[in-house]
Amino acid sequence: MTAEQTVLMDGAGIKRALTRIAHEILERNKGVADIVLVGIRSGGAFLADGIAQQISVIEGGAVPVGAVDITLYRDDCSGHLPHHPVGKTDIPFSLEGKKVILVDDVLYTGRTIRAAMDALMDFGRPQSIQLAVLIDRGHRELPIRADFVGRNVPTSQKENVQVAFDGSNQPIEVVLEK
Amino acid sequence: MDLLIKNGRVIDPSQKLDDTLDVLVENGLIKAVGKGLSAPAGVETIDAAGSYVVPGLIDMHVHLRDPGLEYKEDIISGTKAAVAGGFTSVCCMPNTKPVIDNKTVASYIINKAKSEGFCNVFPVGSITYGLSGDHMAEMGELKESGCVAVSDDGKPVGNSELMMRSMQYAAGIGIMVISHAEELELVGEGAMNEGFTSTELGLKGIPCVAEDIATARETMLAEYTGTPIHIAHVSTKGAVRIIREAKARGVKVTCETAPHYFTLTDAAVRGYNTNAKMNPPLRESADVSAIKEGLRDGTIDAIATDHAPHHQDEKDVEFTAAMNGIIGLETSLPLSLGLVDEGVLTLNQLIEKMSCNPSNILGLNRATLAAGSVADITVIDPKIEWVVEADKLASKSKNSPWLGQKVKGAAVATVVGGKLMYKR
Amino acid sequence: MAEFKHKHIIALRDLTKDDIELLISTAENMRDINCRDIKKVPTLRGKTIINLFYEASTRTRTSFEIAGKRLSADTVNIAPSNSSATKGETLADTALNLLAMKPDIIVMRHAVSGSHYFLANKLNCSIINAGDGAHEHPSQGLLDLLTMKDRYGRLDGLKVAIVGDITHSRVARSNIQGLTKLGSSVYLAGPPTMVPPGVEKLGDVTVCATMNEALQDADVVMMLRIQQERQGKTLMPNAREYSRYFGLNPTNIKLAKPNAMIMHPGPINRGVEMSSSMVDGDQSWVLKQVENGVAVRMAMLYHVCGGELE
Repeated sequence: MTAEQTVLMDGAGIKRALTRIAHEILERNKGVADIVLVGIRSGGAFLADGIAQQISVIEGGAVPVGAVDITLYRDDCSGHLPHHPVGKTDIPFSLEGKKVILVDDVLYTGRTIRAAMDALMDFGRPQSIQLAVLIDRGHRELPIRADFVGRNVPTSQKENVQVAFDGSNQPIEVVLEK
Repeated sequence: MDLLIKNGRVIDPSQKLDDTLDVLVENGLIKAVGKGLSAPAGVETIDAAGSYVVPGLIDMHVHLRDPGLEYKEDIISGTKAAVAGGFTSVCCMPNTKPVIDNKTVASYIINKAKSEGFCNVFPVGSITYGLSGDHMAEMGELKESGCVAVSDDGKPVGNSELMMRSMQYAAGIGIMVISHAEELELVGEGAMNEGFTSTELGLKGIPCVAEDIATARETMLAEYTGTPIHIAHVSTKGAVRIIREAKARGVKVTCETAPHYFTLTDAAVRGYNTNAKMNPPLRESADVSAIKEGLRDGTIDAIATDHAPHHQDEKDVEFTAAMNGIIGLETSLPLSLGLVDEGVLTLNQLIEKMSCNPSNILGLNRATLAAGSVADITVIDPKIEWVVEADKLASKSKNSPWLGQKVKGAAVATVVGGKLMYKR
Repeated sequence: MAEFKHKHIIALRDLTKDDIELLISTAENMRDINCRDIKKVPTLRGKTIINLFYEASTRTRTSFEIAGKRLSADTVNIAPSNSSATKGETLADTALNLLAMKPDIIVMRHAVSGSHYFLANKLNCSIINAGDGAHEHPSQGLLDLLTMKDRYGRLDGLKVAIVGDITHSRVARSNIQGLTKLGSSVYLAGPPTMVPPGVEKLGDVTVCATMNEALQDADVVMMLRIQQERQGKTLMPNAREYSRYFGLNPTNIKLAKPNAMIMHPGPINRGVEMSSSMVDGDQSWVLKQVENGVAVRMAMLYHVCGGELE
């Protein structure tokens, strides 16, 4: 069975979206003070690196970037399928009093974000958590919304949205599969 | 109740007979063996075309667990299993509760077997009182009360002097001594054969040399005293070699093995299968080959089952906690017929090892179809294929490593003292 | 994507290379939890783990208990040696009674090899082996592998010397299984009374005539515990002579590769298996082994809880 695929964004489009998100983050937070980025593995972590790069281009200074693996915080662990492999959570800095920008590739039900926020709380008490996503495809199952959105894409629940990355973890395109 | 068995392939090593013949039984005795025999109207006739008709099979080593351990087996269920397996006589070992070390227990067994049993039961008395290994039982009285041999089966007589004196004493009475040949210090806490499998499974091993040393001692005692000895359940290549050499020197040694020692290796224990746990333990493939060679060249005289029923609760436990032993009466015949298919034994040799030799070793005066002798007859269909299923076994216990497996060959009729005690 | 398809972890012999690598990788990624202020994740919330220890053990039991708690499972410790087992209750009955408490995992240590398979056939919960007789000790094997990976970054092509009572060692068996599956070689040395027959056929195993031969160019030197109660009176004269021929000291360690790692499953008899200078020296990874124990056991609990895929 071959799914019908539509390219929603190409590499250049993604880069423009990340650049805009970087600007919005700086604008909303009035600079880089106390800002840290934490990407959700695996796609969100790659995008967090991209946003951080844009921020440093704009502001000239580096922001700390970490990655969180939410596997251990998932809410579907009591199912009868094999557990997902556990990835590495790598937050080599304190979150205490920080403004955390949580980054993910696709915002869908909101469950991943719930898990990620629980994980972040276990690392300390940030001043705030803001959410940046490349794609918001709707169909939320939890009261969660994004602060920074690359693009809103109306989808049906049967469809699938994937962000593809190349070998050096650079985003190539966003694909809608029917 | 008379009986005519027609058109079977009659194999009787005692008369060097192997021909398609009829066997007529009258008043519990063999009346005639010949061609075209007829019987008066009303006499039950068995059509044995395509089957073997042989002197009743004799299992010289079983545990009937009666008296005292009837939850595992009793004389009724045990003899029922025997006839289902084609055996017309069994010799039961003395490790009952109480031990067969006196006339009362021996008489109880003989009487119960006569009144309620399905086949002949010949008790084996103990060598030492209560199997204590400490002092000699009253072998004279045991013989008088019907015991056909003495043995401390289940364990060896560790004290070499006591063993030697027992052999001398028994020879004076004229009763055979059957040895459970094992050096207990080497057995220790061992739970299976010592070898690669025990290493892999992390189970304490019993080295084969534990059996070899004890077998050597018994043959040397027999040689020194000039008395006979029978070695039970031979399982190692070393023991086969020792017995072969002793026989060549003229030592009066005979021995038996059991079907599991020529069909299974210790690999059967993998998965911690307690139905592959017995004593002596299953050995390695070189031992299995040596057992077969011993059977072929006559070093091993007899096939006995060491039928050792145990309750499910005694087997369905952690491996080291499980009791030793498996049942064998109902699977011995097909497994042993396999030796004929493999070319290890001729059919005639197989009948010798399962009937004539046990009778001769213990002086039972059975194992013949000669006219006038007691009509113990087994009719065997060598082609029937069947699956060993727990709920179809006559034995009270189901501790068999062959459960669920298909085997070939079965007794279709077992005649004990002229009576048809089992018909498939 | 790698998936763990086993309901039980009873022996590394039953696992594939992929299974073992997945468990180690999960342990590596879980390890950081043990270094945080909040050393807990909600993964196994609502799961019940019974630690059933028929043999005394402080280290392994504590490690499993902490591992369960850090994954938010409820853990209960039972030591039947001072409860119903002494009243004649069989293992099967004890387990069935425990099952009535609806555990998701039973972590068991038992003196009888293979008793976990027996239990797994009777119960519908997951069984993890915390040591069975002289058979296997998979969590120890895995934590040893993780510790070697910490040092060398890989688990293939290593030369691992294991010295001591191989016959009675479940640690040696699990390491042999794991190391062989991952492509490393094991060199065994011990008094001939403590080297079981056919052990060289268990995997990539070479039985050495002397300890020096095993140590030669070793990347890892693993010393096994000598227990007088196990070796009895017939396997060796005494601890003094044992340590002369099979003890690790500053002289013979020089035969191994420079800076080779020294490991021991513990508890150590100082001065017998190795001298104190070895235990506490720069080459010792003994404490790292203990530390890795929690992460490895978390990984085991996590993956057996995932259910089967068939």
